[in-house]
Amino acid sequence: MAELSEEPFPPGRYELIVVGSGPGALQLTYCLTRLGLDHAVISDDPAPGGMFRRWPIFQRMLSWTKPYAGFEHRSREYERFDWNSLACDEEEHRAVMAEVMDGTSYFPSRPEMERGLVIFAERAGLQVRYGCRWESTGREGQDFILGTSDGEYRAPLLVFAVGVAEPWKPSTPGLEDAAHYGDLRPVETYADRRVFIIGKQNSGFEIATGLLPVARQIVLASPSPTKLSVNTRSLVGVRARYVQPYEDSVLAGGVVILDASIESVEPAGAAFRVTTRNAHDGSALVFEVDDVIAATGFVAPLRDLPELGVATFGHSRLPAQTPFWRSATVPGIYFAGTLTQGSLGLRKHGIPSNSGAVQGYRYNARVLARHLAQTRFNRDLERPRLGTDQVIPLLLAEVSRGPELWHQRSYLARVLTIDAEQGLGDEGVLPLAHFVDDDRGPDGVAIALESNGRDEPYPAVYIRRANKVSEHLLPSHPLLDFEGAGYVSELAAQLGELLSPSLSRPVP
Amino acid sequence: MDVRDDVTELLAGFSLFADLSSAERERVAHTFKEAWFAEGERILRQGISGGSAFYVILEGSAGIRVDGVERWSLKPGEFFGEISSLLGEVAVADIMALTPLRCLVLEGDQLESFLVSHPKVMYRVLQGEARKVRNTTQWQN
Repeated sequence: MAELSEEPFPPGRYELIVVGSGPGALQLTYCLTRLGLDHAVISDDPAPGGMFRRWPIFQRMLSWTKPYAGFEHRSREYERFDWNSLACDEEEHRAVMAEVMDGTSYFPSRPEMERGLVIFAERAGLQVRYGCRWESTGREGQDFILGTSDGEYRAPLLVFAVGVAEPWKPSTPGLEDAAHYGDLRPVETYADRRVFIIGKQNSGFEIATGLLPVARQIVLASPSPTKLSVNTRSLVGVRARYVQPYEDSVLAGGVVILDASIESVEPAGAAFRVTTRNAHDGSALVFEVDDVIAATGFVAPLRDLPELGVATFGHSRLPAQTPFWRSATVPGIYFAGTLTQGSLGLRKHGIPSNSGAVQGYRYNARVLARHLAQTRFNRDLERPRLGTDQVIPLLLAEVSRGPELWHQRSYLARVLTIDAEQGLGDEGVLPLAHFVDDDRGPDGVAIALESNGRDEPYPAVYIRRANKVSEHLLPSHPLLDFEGAGYVSELAAQLGELLSPSLSRPVP
Repeated sequence: MDVRDDVTELLAGFSLFADLSSAERERVAHTFKEAWFAEGERILRQGISGGSAFYVILEGSAGIRVDGVERWSLKPGEFFGEISSLLGEVAVADIMALTPLRCLVLEGDQLESFLVSHPKVMYRVLQGEARKVRNTTQWQN
């Protein structure tokens, strides 16, 4: 017990407990700490990093940090080009990844990513009780009870930032004997072998890309057709870094990409026999291969939370959430990090948020911390007042350069509201769904950046007057600069009545 | 597969997919994604662009609200979002989750190819549209 007492956050009661120590948890505890909100952080891991302590399997990230972007690394605007550093208020702690990377690639290596998170945690002075395993969850009155390897914790508020990294395989007969993505052997052991990869998302294509130099044949199969991110103009689909197997397939070099369900996997001597059924015409096709790898995804390791009433959905078992990332079914339980994908937002044109990636959820954490401060800790946060002449420049600057809006399109918005007593106020960044769906909210305006999957991104303005929300889409711009005279006059025309002196009061 | 294992079984109980074989229902399940909405949450928003998708309710119920007035409710096996998906226009009604709501989702731009390749489902959708026209006529009367 003497050793336990030297660690932060010993078992006991806290106002809020965060579970996890990956980037999602680190970002949230940073934001909570900055707001002065009392909380504890516990994690099973021995050090910061979460899934980036192990993965991606080929040891390089999919998300970039661009060293030369035309903005100072310590500026807020640079965050648009740095997808990997955690966001923070102090300039000296910003853009850690740009500092850590060795310059050979603008995709950080996994060890660089891990090191960046460790450095951020150290510099920001983040406290985590490491080696404390969350084992069970219960409830007693207003408090949740966390059973852990270090003892019992209690709190009325819990935030789980435990990632979506528990390997999952479908119940296909025989698949239990196949390796999962995380079980991949050293690449050289696949030399001159026939490899069947189940799954055609990024993890499947990552493995195929890594095995291209050595494997004799690679088959990638799943029922749904492959999408490419360069076609969807979003993070939906296989990313450009992993497209080489696709080219190999269309140029007939030894990769087969198949839209088919996997009916069974059977041992055949030292090999496997994989029976597939074509997704389009139902025809069967049998492959004899040397290795089968299930790149069939991951699930959220939510332990007993579903038994407590936390609803989950989809094959990843994501927790269903409100726009402010609270469990849709159990008040008091919130989520951070990649789990925030479960709060769907507007999904305009079918494009999901970027909440599954650091560059998206780092901003969700900041919004969540402020929301918890206001709604659960009764903090009255600053709401800067604005003069009417400040509104249009602010909105157009945000949609041109604000990293939150760029990384979380149609999901996070910059919101201004009109208070009868105090006039125009800056609410900061909020979930767009909260603004659009709040029937009883004050008059105001929200601006977001949006994509439709076909064209360049464009600003979208939402105006709420007398409990009714209207949408106004502005045109796209070839240089993505929305601050020109045309945008000023168009936005002014739309905001005319809202900004009239009778409705808003200038800053005294 | 983007949906949970129980979806194929749930589809078997819905008239929309009643004319499909179990193998066809399995393939249909692979075509969709899954979404979950909290009670009171909005799924489609009247007058807001980009919301086109075809939804089939798996669990829970949804309300159709036009100009702020509740008009109808939908239950498991019923669907919504087909009008904006087929016409490529903004939603003509709010769709609200009246209870916790679990749905299958097909993006709007995939609806045509899905219906054309599953004519029996298309016929069932047309029956659903006929009911909606009948109900709308009743509201107006």
